[in-house]
Amino acid sequence: MPQKTTEDLYLETFEKRPVNHKALADLVSANLGARIRTWLDICSRCGLCAQSCFVYLSNHRDPRLSPAYKVKHTLGEFVRRKGRVDQAFLEKCYETAWLHCTLCKRCSLYCPFGIDIATMLSLVRTLCHSQGIVPSKLAFFTENCAKSGNHMDLPPEELAETCNWMSEEASETVAGVSMPMDKEDTEYLYTINPREPVFYPQDLADAAMIFTVAGENWTFGSRGWDATNLPMFAGDRKVAGKQADNIYQEAKRLKAKKILITECGHALRSLRYEGPYLAGYADGLPPVPVVHYVELLYEYLRDGRIKLDPAKKLKEPVTYQDPCNVSRNGGIWEVPRKIISLLCEDFRDMAENREYNHCCGGGGGILPMGPDYRPRRMLNGRLKAEQIRQTGAKVVIAPCHNCFDQVRDLSEHYELGVKVVSFKELVVHQMIVPENLQPAGE
Amino acid sequence: MDPNGVYLFLIGPALWFSATFCAAGFLARLCFLYGMSLGQDKVFYNHQSFYWGSRSIAHWLVPWGSVSYRTQPVFTFFLFSFHLTLLATPIFCSAHNELLEKAFGFSLWSLPDTVTDAMTVILLVSGIFLLVRRLVRPEVRALTGVWDYVLLALTVLPFASGFAAYHQASPYGLWTIVHVASGELLLVLLPLTKLGHVVLFFFTRAFIGFEMGTRRGTRTW
Repeated sequence: MPQKTTEDLYLETFEKRPVNHKALADLVSANLGARIRTWLDICSRCGLCAQSCFVYLSNHRDPRLSPAYKVKHTLGEFVRRKGRVDQAFLEKCYETAWLHCTLCKRCSLYCPFGIDIATMLSLVRTLCHSQGIVPSKLAFFTENCAKSGNHMDLPPEELAETCNWMSEEASETVAGVSMPMDKEDTEYLYTINPREPVFYPQDLADAAMIFTVAGENWTFGSRGWDATNLPMFAGDRKVAGKQADNIYQEAKRLKAKKILITECGHALRSLRYEGPYLAGYADGLPPVPVVHYVELLYEYLRDGRIKLDPAKKLKEPVTYQDPCNVSRNGGIWEVPRKIISLLCEDFRDMAENREYNHCCGGGGGILPMGPDYRPRRMLNGRLKAEQIRQTGAKVVIAPCHNCFDQVRDLSEHYELGVKVVSFKELVVHQMIVPENLQPAGE
Repeated sequence: MDPNGVYLFLIGPALWFSATFCAAGFLARLCFLYGMSLGQDKVFYNHQSFYWGSRSIAHWLVPWGSVSYRTQPVFTFFLFSFHLTLLATPIFCSAHNELLEKAFGFSLWSLPDTVTDAMTVILLVSGIFLLVRRLVRPEVRALTGVWDYVLLALTVLPFASGFAAYHQASPYGLWTIVHVASGELLLVLLPLTKLGHVVLFFFTRAFIGFEMGTRRGTRTW
């Protein structure tokens, strides 16, 4: 008998309970608008989408992993059976929607009809979620968001404490670094990934040092600092909307002109694109402009607010991981390359890049789903590992926490021997600290 | 049954019915989708842009005009040869224009019969390519259901039977009847099936142009 995978074991943990057909039918019908109906109706089964999908390509071109197949056998069936599905079907949908698709949207660029598969698989997640079929870690993070507005349920005092501690450390490099909390009338409300205060506090220090050297007027908000939105990937649209709105409201409360997001991909997708709809803004636009850290960093370098030491320019071969939610789904792909040209001597782009990049295999919520899913992530990430290997790069820049952790894991698993870095880390290492900000005693 | 009577029925009331059904069917489908979109698809209207919508459509109407097309150049060649002959042959066929002339006193420009005959052959060869591709490529075969094969056959049938009728294949009368009847069946099926993409293509392509282009500056071709 074949050994059970962690995925099989996980599926067994789902509570066996009757499926609420009425609720499912209502949810299907409420979401079956003109777009989704048309997409389902006119798909001509040409199969052109298959070649666009990294999951299909990484898993030896298994025809059951083509985007059109995934939709046909999940949402297509929900609609055809009008919600009258059983638990086994929901579990199959669970695998497809969370383990075989990261909602990277690459397939919509390759479909002759422009069918948006990711939107439909997002709906499959919502349908599964309504019946309690949802990855346990994502459910856990969603619960935290509903409770406290951040994924780790971190009290504001703890964030403040980490900020104070990191400010002290950073002051050894740049004098007068501070991390203001709840300051009003700033240019930017700085929002972060909760992994930063918990696992990567240096990231906070790097950001603060850059702000200090650039002379930025910025703040954290004690009531809204977590820019990320895993409820969006868990299929819980209500909490996802609340999570995004929490940040918009915090920016308004503190009268910040813009919301700045750390180097994170899906936070940008949430706050700039999906958040307004999830939170019920009729025009689909965020009420406060949203800026990604990479965009601001480029402005600083372009305008000379941050100056780099040319002697410290990176000499090793470097490649850039275009995060799906920064590049294709965020419209930011030239700016990072402009920054790279200032930071690195030997830049080697991956074969498919910019808006046509491939997902690293860690997106769509699968990375925060925990170590049980690492084998699946490594299988799905095979294509990305090959892409990186082909560049011959020793350093991979990734302005997204999911990409960052996934590429690091890929490097270990596929023995790529690459180091993953963020832009902040590189800039802090290469920036010239002006004399007035040199710490005393140096 | 009198074959001539059947023929007259087919090019008379049956043709009126199928043509009207096709037009009314599309109109009804579009009205239904429009009404529904006002409530549920605000995202379609919020980010409209002629610049991004038109580019999203145009690049896919040009052979090899998209990255996706270029990854499968041979398929793209046959996809276009199939669609171009599918649309052009019936419109510029002299026999059809003669019927138009007789019925309404006007007709469109006609191509010489040898040209439309060659176009029909191109369509049939392209149709066979599409069928073989469906059977041979695992990712396409896995997606294909019985209805997809039936629709492909029904799409090709008016052309195959028209070709046989033009070349006076025996039994001539039967081929003509099959030709007209299958053509009319296709008109009826257009608004009801995935073949509706002949009209809906423009809406879905425009939408993805708005969604990725207007909002993000991302090309969708």
